[in-house]
Amino acid sequence: MTLQTPPSPHIHSGLHVSSMMLQVIAALIPAIVCYTWFFGWGLIINSAIAVLTALASEALMLKLRKRPLKPFLGDGSAVLSALLLALCIPPLAPWWITVLGVAFALIVGKHLYGGLGYNPFNPAMVGYVMLLISFPLEMTRWMPPFILEQLEIGFIDTLGVIFFSHLPYGLSIDALSSATPLDAMKTDLGLSNTVSEILANNALFGDFAGTGWEWVGTWLLLGGMYLIYKRIISWQIPLAVIGSLFVISAFFFLMDADTYPSPLFHIFGGATILAAFFIATDPVSASTTPRGRILYGIGIGIIIYVIRTWGSYPDAVAFAVLLMNMAAPTLDYYTQPRVYGHARGKD
Amino acid sequence: MHRLFQFRGGVVLKEHKKDATALPVQPAKLPATLILPLKQHIGSPAEPVVAVGDKVLKGQLIARAGDAICAPLHAPSSGTVTAISDHPVPHASGMSAVCIIIETDGEERWRPRERTLSDVTELGAQELRGIIRDAGIVGLGGAGFPAAVKLDPGGRPVDTLILNGAECEPYITCDEMLLREHAREVLAGLLLMRQALAAKRCVVGIENNKPKAFRALSEAVRNSGADVEVVEVPTIYPTGSEKQLIQMLTGKEVPSGGLPIDIGIVCHNVGTAYAVYRAVELDQPLISRYVTIAGSVAHARNLEVLIGTPLGNLIEECGGNRDSLHRLIVGGPMMGTAMHSDTVPVVKGTNCVLVESTTHDVPLPSRDAYAMPCIRCGNCASACPVNLLPQQMYWYARARDFDKIQDYNIFDCIECGCCDYVCPSQIPLVGYYRYAKSEIWNQEAEKRQADLARERHQFREFRLEREKKERAERHKKKRSAVTKGGNDDKQAAIQAAMARVRAKKSEQDSTPKNTDNLTPAQQKAIDDADQRREEKTQQSPSESKAASPPDRP
Repeated sequence: MTLQTPPSPHIHSGLHVSSMMLQVIAALIPAIVCYTWFFGWGLIINSAIAVLTALASEALMLKLRKRPLKPFLGDGSAVLSALLLALCIPPLAPWWITVLGVAFALIVGKHLYGGLGYNPFNPAMVGYVMLLISFPLEMTRWMPPFILEQLEIGFIDTLGVIFFSHLPYGLSIDALSSATPLDAMKTDLGLSNTVSEILANNALFGDFAGTGWEWVGTWLLLGGMYLIYKRIISWQIPLAVIGSLFVISAFFFLMDADTYPSPLFHIFGGATILAAFFIATDPVSASTTPRGRILYGIGIGIIIYVIRTWGSYPDAVAFAVLLMNMAAPTLDYYTQPRVYGHARGKD
Repeated sequence: MHRLFQFRGGVVLKEHKKDATALPVQPAKLPATLILPLKQHIGSPAEPVVAVGDKVLKGQLIARAGDAICAPLHAPSSGTVTAISDHPVPHASGMSAVCIIIETDGEERWRPRERTLSDVTELGAQELRGIIRDAGIVGLGGAGFPAAVKLDPGGRPVDTLILNGAECEPYITCDEMLLREHAREVLAGLLLMRQALAAKRCVVGIENNKPKAFRALSEAVRNSGADVEVVEVPTIYPTGSEKQLIQMLTGKEVPSGGLPIDIGIVCHNVGTAYAVYRAVELDQPLISRYVTIAGSVAHARNLEVLIGTPLGNLIEECGGNRDSLHRLIVGGPMMGTAMHSDTVPVVKGTNCVLVESTTHDVPLPSRDAYAMPCIRCGNCASACPVNLLPQQMYWYARARDFDKIQDYNIFDCIECGCCDYVCPSQIPLVGYYRYAKSEIWNQEAEKRQADLARERHQFREFRLEREKKERAERHKKKRSAVTKGGNDDKQAAIQAAMARVRAKKSEQDSTPKNTDNLTPAQQKAIDDADQRREEKTQQSPSESKAASPPDRP
């Protein structure tokens, strides 16, 4: 009779990294379905490419780093990074864009820093920024919603576009693609149009933040709420990102509604919701103390607005997240909560 | 309605308390041998006052308290002392310690009463503490601190006496059963404690998952008319932790590194109150307690167990199989200790014996063997009832950065296990904290020793220096004595001594010591040398002087 003598506690909640990651992935699914509804099969195909690339890169790096494959391939973190990056890539981008981005994200952004738990930067955003800077053309050819449906381009045709750059009817990708609402807004504002003129003249902008995009954003919001409800993510970061973006955009909007788009446009346009609930909340690279998370989220909200409004990129979620990732350790250090039995005002 | 102050963090656990509360408590079977470790409490071990072969009676003193922080031991049953030797004791390391081993005779003969029954309300605080100390009562909630010490406020005013009936760990139900069956006695014990402390008010905290216990005590309070508040507290682990219960009931926090008495609060367990009642009113020392036996046993239940009963006996009595044990936990599943053997005895602080068999028929879901890396999710920090940052502490414990880990207040950690329980990476966090704490203690002990050695060394240097000075002082005095007084005598003596020296020297010069018993060859060599010297001296006396080695400057 040999008794087991592990240290206490002797019970566990059963929560596992993989179950957390799976819940996050589940929360993304409604938004992915909605995205596919508006913008065609591209995202599904890109997601498949991204997931396969992610698992292959992860396996390769685990082998090279002599780590066990099973716990890490099954933890869902690589799959989640792949899906998040796929959501940021234009749906008809060539396949090698996705492969390159995901491989870079996993190999450089994650494993060269030590793998799961050790990467200071959000891997998906590392991959995205690399792609955006290296392949600006491919990364900015977005589809307007429903155009593929109108052209009756189905699943097989989409495969052809992604893998062979082959479009039916002799179309070219440039002819199909258009700017995103954020991009269009930025360009038109640059041409000295007022916000109301821009919105009135373009069906791209939809009801409040861009046709299609606003609904994808809504589903992401619901998914994010579910994650907060299940305590997979904390409420501080999403609230701080959206809250700070709301406050700063409302301030400028109220000052001059012709030059500065509404808070709703900022919040539901672009990748704000995705960033607030799914990207900035990546626990590994975010701040972990309650107050630190709020400051971290506020920082992201402000940087998003500053770059969107005065910078040269139409959206700035990736830059904002990466910049605040750098600040996370310092935020954590200076925002330690007051410990039980310690005097207030001191640590 | 008593106002409650929720502490932060904590976890909600599955209770598993139904099984063991179905049957009334009955005394456990008398074991053939009782094993009584000399140290069942915080402090120094008790000193045996019996010898091997002695007959002892139930309740008889068998080991006395050596110093202030100690508790005496009494024979839980009548019998013969068969050994005073090392035996495995309930400890995480599986270590052995000195135990008094008694073979029971089955007669359960009590020692004669030592105290005549008097009106207990007449007893002064000092007398009460004396009785409680002599009865060997320690905190029965698990920590085992001598109760009499905790009942001595040392002149500080006590505002609130809190009786802890929260019992927040899953499976454990001994306090609940005690309240259900002996509410009146617990209340009597509580009032005696209040008498010893002169506490202004009394509050009893009971988790709201034991309504029967709450009702029983409330009724006892009503019947007695005593001024005691019985309060239901939410069932959130770790409400039963002293600091958290104090916060819950008073809104006050025990200062870091301090004691509850620093904020005018004393907290005792309901089991301790019952033991105090038995000691003061019935003149019975602490020789038995309620113990929950739960887990992989046919009849999970509470038994009144004699201190010193081997765990194996209890497992068998409750229909467990000693041959298929997988884990044997003393205490609850969150903070209990896994035993190395089922031969260890029940001690004063044992509240629960949690059995897991190799068939795993009891839901004790343990951590995965493989811990994933920390993903910094912060679940641990949200669950920490002390508001620590467990993942940062884990990080520095792994890196063996023991300075930094103290910046993160590791010594405020109560090792409740909440962080560990919710960790999705399934890291044995509490294990890391214990490791870090013990390393820091070791380092401090080493440092103390090094400091001591350095002090010793420095003192030695100082002493040598001082002795040198003293010597110099003495010489100086002597010299001045020489020059000042008795000049003529001294001078004469010196002259005489010098004369003696000269005489001796000339004697040596004339007859060198090494000229006896020379061989003819040596004698010849010497003669030749003498001859040469003679010639040289005659030639030039100055040259011979120059040839001699020069004096070193």
